[in-house]
Amino acid sequence: MSEIDEPRGPHRVVGTPPPTPASVDVPASVDSPAEPAGPAGPVEPVSFDPEDQAHANRAERLVAVLFIIAFLAGCGFIAAYVALEIGPNISPSANDVVAVLRSNLALGTSLSIALLALGTGSMIWVRHLTPNIEIEEERHDLNSTPQDRRQFQKMFAEGAAMSQMTKRPLLRRTMLIATAPLALAPLFLLRDLGPLPGTTLRHTVWRKNLRAVTLGGLRPLRPSDMPTPGELITVIPEGYQDNADAQAMAGVILIKFAPGQLHFPDRYDGNTLIATMNWTVDDIVAYSKICTHVGCPVALYEQTTHHILCPCHQSTFDASNGAWVVFGPAPRPLPQLPLTTDADGYLVALSDFTQPVGPSFWERG
Amino acid sequence: VSWNIARRRRPAAGYAAVVGGLVVVGVLYSALSGGTASAAAPTQTSTAIAQGKSLFIETCSACHGLDAQGTTQAPSLIGAGAAAVDFQMSTGRMPAKELGAENDRKPTTFTTAQIYDIAGYIASLGGGPAIPAASQVSSAGANTALGEELFSANCSQCHGFAGAGGALTYGKTAPPLTASTATQIYEAMLTGPEAMPVFGDGTITPAEKKDIITYVIDTRNEANPGGFSLGRTGTVTEGLVAWLAGLGFLVLIAMWLTAKRKRRPESEQS
Repeated sequence: MSEIDEPRGPHRVVGTPPPTPASVDVPASVDSPAEPAGPAGPVEPVSFDPEDQAHANRAERLVAVLFIIAFLAGCGFIAAYVALEIGPNISPSANDVVAVLRSNLALGTSLSIALLALGTGSMIWVRHLTPNIEIEEERHDLNSTPQDRRQFQKMFAEGAAMSQMTKRPLLRRTMLIATAPLALAPLFLLRDLGPLPGTTLRHTVWRKNLRAVTLGGLRPLRPSDMPTPGELITVIPEGYQDNADAQAMAGVILIKFAPGQLHFPDRYDGNTLIATMNWTVDDIVAYSKICTHVGCPVALYEQTTHHILCPCHQSTFDASNGAWVVFGPAPRPLPQLPLTTDADGYLVALSDFTQPVGPSFWERG
Repeated sequence: VSWNIARRRRPAAGYAAVVGGLVVVGVLYSALSGGTASAAAPTQTSTAIAQGKSLFIETCSACHGLDAQGTTQAPSLIGAGAAAVDFQMSTGRMPAKELGAENDRKPTTFTTAQIYDIAGYIASLGGGPAIPAASQVSSAGANTALGEELFSANCSQCHGFAGAGGALTYGKTAPPLTASTATQIYEAMLTGPEAMPVFGDGTITPAEKKDIITYVIDTRNEANPGGFSLGRTGTVTEGLVAWLAGLGFLVLIAMWLTAKRKRRPESEQS
C-alpha cells in the first residue's frame, strides 16, 4: 500500500497542470520523493501543450474576456440590488409594480449574464485548452477480503454477547414492544386528513322555497325579468353570498328559451318517469354551473346553438335538451335544479338537486 | 469565430433559420394584433324612417329581405330593435362580408346618421331594445368593484377576465373588448349579438351595466407589466419566453457540448 504515497512535484503552483500522471507505474524510490524520475530510467515526457498553439492562445483570450464579463455582471448584480429600491422606500409618485419589474429585470439579467459567461468560459477552457486524452480507471471488486469478513463476524458476535441481547429474552422482547407503537403512529396521524365527507357531496344548500338571487347584484328574479329568449344569468341561493363553500356547489345558471325550444330526454327514477319539464318556469331552466367532469364553472353559453361549453376541457352540453353531453369528457349532463315561483312571484327552488352536482366521486353510484 | 468548429456550421444555419422564423412570426403578430380603434360615442340624432328604409333596401335587403322579414340566408329583423342595428353596423359586422355564424369587427363605411336612420326604420317595424342614451353609458358614479364582480360572474367565461376575448365551440370566438365603445358594450348586453346570450335589464340592471362597462374600459388603462400581455395573463409571458427561448438555447448548448470534436491525425494514431 505504500504506492499511495505518490511523489509530488516540488514546485506545483495552483492553476498549473500537475506533473506526470503516470507516476504509479514508475518504480520511484520512497526515500527520495523530490526526484520522481529517479534512477530507474527516464519517464516518457507527456506534453500538455495543445497541437495548435495559436488556436489555444485565441481560446485563452476569449475565456479571459468571458470571465471579465462575468466579473462585471456580478458587480452589476450587486449594484442593481443596492441601487434599485423596491417596497415602501421608493418615492410615493413611483409605480411600485414598475419598480419591482425593473429591479427583477436588472437582477435577473445581470445574474444570467454572469453565470452564462462563467459557464461558457469554463466550457471553452475545457474543450479548447485542456488536452483531448482518454483516461482509463479500472474497477475493483466491491466485496471485502475474507479476512475482513471473518473479522467483522467475530466482532459482531462479540458485541451481541456483550450486550446480553441473546442471553436475556425479556429485555429483547420488551424493547421490540417499546418501539412498535412509534412505528405504527404515522398511520394513525392520517386521521388528521380530515373528517370523511359523509353525505355532503350529495347535497347543496338549495331547498324548497329558497329564492335564487343574481350573483353580484343579489336581487331575486321574477320570470318577467327574463323576457327575451337567449337570456342567461348566474344565480346563487339567497343568503349564501358570503358562504364560498356553499356557493361552490350551489351555483346555478338560468337560461330563457323561446316557447317550444326546450326539450328533455326521458329520465326515470326506478320505473317512474320524472317530468323535468315541470321543473321549468316560463321556459326558464336552471342547470348546475359546476361541470360534471372536474368541477369548473360552465357558463360559456351560445344562444344560437344552445350549447353550454366548459372552458377547462371543452365539455359541451346541449341546454335545450336537458344539458345532454354532446362533446367532451363530462360523464353526465349538468344536474337540473327544480324551479318554481313563490307567493310573491319570485323564482325559487322546488327542492335541492335530485342528484349530486359536480364531478364524480367513488361512492357516487 | 475560429473556435467554433467548421463542421457545425450547417446545423447552426438550421437553428438560425428556425430562430429567425420565430422572430419574424413574433414581430408580425405584435404588428397585427396591436392597435386599438377608438370611436366617439354617437350623439342622438333624429331618425328619418323613410331615409332609413331606402338605405336598408340598398344595403341590407339582399339578405334580410325587402321588408326585413328575413330570408333563408339571414334572420328577420322585425323586433330586433335599434340597439342591435347600431351594434352590428357601428362595429362593421353588418353589412357582412360573407354568410357565416360570426362576423369580425371591421371599419364601417356608414356614418352615424345613416346607421341611426336604418336603426330607426328597424325600430319602427316592431320595437325592440333602443340605443342607450349618453347618460346610460357614462362612467359617472359607476362602481367598478361591483362591475368586476359582475364581469367575472357573467362575462369572463367567454371574453376573458380582462376582456381579451376567447374561444367558443366549432371555431367560433368571443371577440376582445379592447376596441368596443361603451355604447357598443351596452348594446351587446342588451341584444346578445351572434352567439352571445342576452343580458337584459331584468337580470343586469342599467346601473349594473354601467358598472360593468366602466370596469371593462378602466381595465384598459391599468398597468400591464410583463412584455406581451397575453390577455393580461400577467408576467407569464416572460416565463413563456424563458421556456421557449431559454430552454431552446440550453438544448443548443447541450448539443454543442456533446458534439464530437473533429479528430486530429495524432489522436487517430494513438
